[in-house]
Amino acid sequence: MSTAVQTPTPARRPLRPARMVLHLFLAAVAVGWLFPILWAVLTSLRSYEYTAANGYVSLGGWTFDNYVTAWQTAEFGKHFLNSAYITVPAVLLTLFLASMVAFVIARFSWKTNIVLLGLFTAANLLPQQALLIPLFRLFTQVPLPAFMSDSELLYDSYWGLILVNVAFQCGFCVFVLSNYMKALPRELYEAAMVDGASIWRQYWQVTMPLCRPALAALATLEVTWIYNEFFWATVLMRSGDKFPVTSSLNNLRGEFFTDNNLVSAGSVLVAIPTLVVFFLLQKQFVRGLTLGASKG
Amino acid sequence: MSDLPLIQADRAVPPPAATTSTGGRGRRLRLLSRTDRVVIALMVLVPLLLVVGLVWLPATATVLLSGTDWDGIGPVSEIEWVGARNYADVVNIYPPFVPAVQNNLLWLAALFVVATPIGMFLAVLLDKEIRGSRFYQTALYLPVVLSLALIGFIWQLIYSRDQGLLNAVLGTSVDWYGDPDVNIWAVLFAAGWRHVGYIMLLYLAGLKGVDPSLREAAAVDGASETSTFFRVVFPVMRPINIIVLVVTVIESLRAFDLVWVINKGRNGLELLSALVTSNVVGEASRIGFGSALATIMLAVSLLFITVYLATVMREDKR
Repeated sequence: MSTAVQTPTPARRPLRPARMVLHLFLAAVAVGWLFPILWAVLTSLRSYEYTAANGYVSLGGWTFDNYVTAWQTAEFGKHFLNSAYITVPAVLLTLFLASMVAFVIARFSWKTNIVLLGLFTAANLLPQQALLIPLFRLFTQVPLPAFMSDSELLYDSYWGLILVNVAFQCGFCVFVLSNYMKALPRELYEAAMVDGASIWRQYWQVTMPLCRPALAALATLEVTWIYNEFFWATVLMRSGDKFPVTSSLNNLRGEFFTDNNLVSAGSVLVAIPTLVVFFLLQKQFVRGLTLGASKG
Repeated sequence: MSDLPLIQADRAVPPPAATTSTGGRGRRLRLLSRTDRVVIALMVLVPLLLVVGLVWLPATATVLLSGTDWDGIGPVSEIEWVGARNYADVVNIYPPFVPAVQNNLLWLAALFVVATPIGMFLAVLLDKEIRGSRFYQTALYLPVVLSLALIGFIWQLIYSRDQGLLNAVLGTSVDWYGDPDVNIWAVLFAAGWRHVGYIMLLYLAGLKGVDPSLREAAAVDGASETSTFFRVVFPVMRPINIIVLVVTVIESLRAFDLVWVINKGRNGLELLSALVTSNVVGEASRIGFGSALATIMLAVSLLFITVYLATVMREDKR
């Protein structure tokens, strides 16, 4: 099976009228679904002067200037970099920590494992806002050395955001990975024990290489989620120039207030990384989301 | 933002050949060396510390603070216990509370009654062996990779009063995001747009897992396609149905990004999540009061999280 939702090659048969209707319907829905995104792309490529004079339901005024202006005004270069500073370490750390817990849960059958699994998984599902008050207080109390963050606090630092993202995303990865690891053959470990491999080697050199497909799917998904994360960065950051790109959208609104063409260019720019990930790694993305949706 | 995951034993990624011997786990604990035991403890404790410290302890603290009158400034030793007063205040003297609850419920209803069935319906259609299925699927779940904050901006191009497509086409001059009579519906449409693709994806995967012989048997018995779906396929997908329900409830409760980028959850777009946030990071920091609101969210979500865990873990054991 190459992807979770790919249909097998359909058997050749004459196109019945019912099929025609189905195709027409699905094509119409698909186009309708893509429309808002296509509309954003279309608007972003037209000059404000032209659309202001002729209305948006028109054609013409093609230009690339909106992208140049949006990039410079909203300092996208900086914000993309901020997103990278947060997303890359957070995803790596999440996968590393989650895989360790998953390994212990899958490798041993202790009674505490189910509690552990519940603690991690449920943490992923809590509404973030419900934790905001204590976390906000905590972050404004915990000092960081100046070389780690110019705020000298966990608040308004990349470190704080990375930690909170990791804490939230671990649960999902622990559950998926522990299920994946449970399906690995036990003989692997028996053989490893005979060879005198330590627990760490069993984890790092036996289990982890076998989990590559699951890790790849999770990495794709987590990159998208953490890049898209809006809430924590909005409330736990203060300095405008440290915001990751998704949360910097909030400021965009003020700057581009009267110019929807700029808003659309900004939106397309923000969407590009996720769309690239989506089209390049679509298989991984769908796998991750539906990991085991069916257990036949 | 984050999506709610569908968590169950994996099948989409086929694991290496399964084994039959599952016994013996853990019985060799005493065979583990001292180093191994230390390593295991660290492997669990480090991540656990992070999750407990940054998720579970704050959650507990929220519940505790909701019974106090702390203003967030005074020393912790002067915190007074006020019992349920904050809750009474929330319900009685806080005007945005009722609209927020209404909007959260409306959000749930819209996603559950409209978006979810559409997603399921499209999944059923796409599950048929049709050419181009991949293209249709891709189009439908493309919005799922976009953040809800971004979706707010993309739809602004359609909803904006002076520059939006909708008013241009309809010849109206409605401020779809600003008018408190209509903005919640405009926002729900955008949220539903994304939710449909997500649900479609979940059900599509669920449908692939339904034993084909069930459908064949129903067809042999002369059942129509519709009744086969409702009487045979749908009940078999029970775990998926429960997961979709929980996912939808939690998603409605956590809804935040979309209204926050529009107007910080005011003027018709009140949501519990936005109220909590305004009470903490806004001008007036009312800790006890905000915590009471947060505890209400926490209680509802924990109820459904329990259902969720019970479902996925039961599935897992099978």
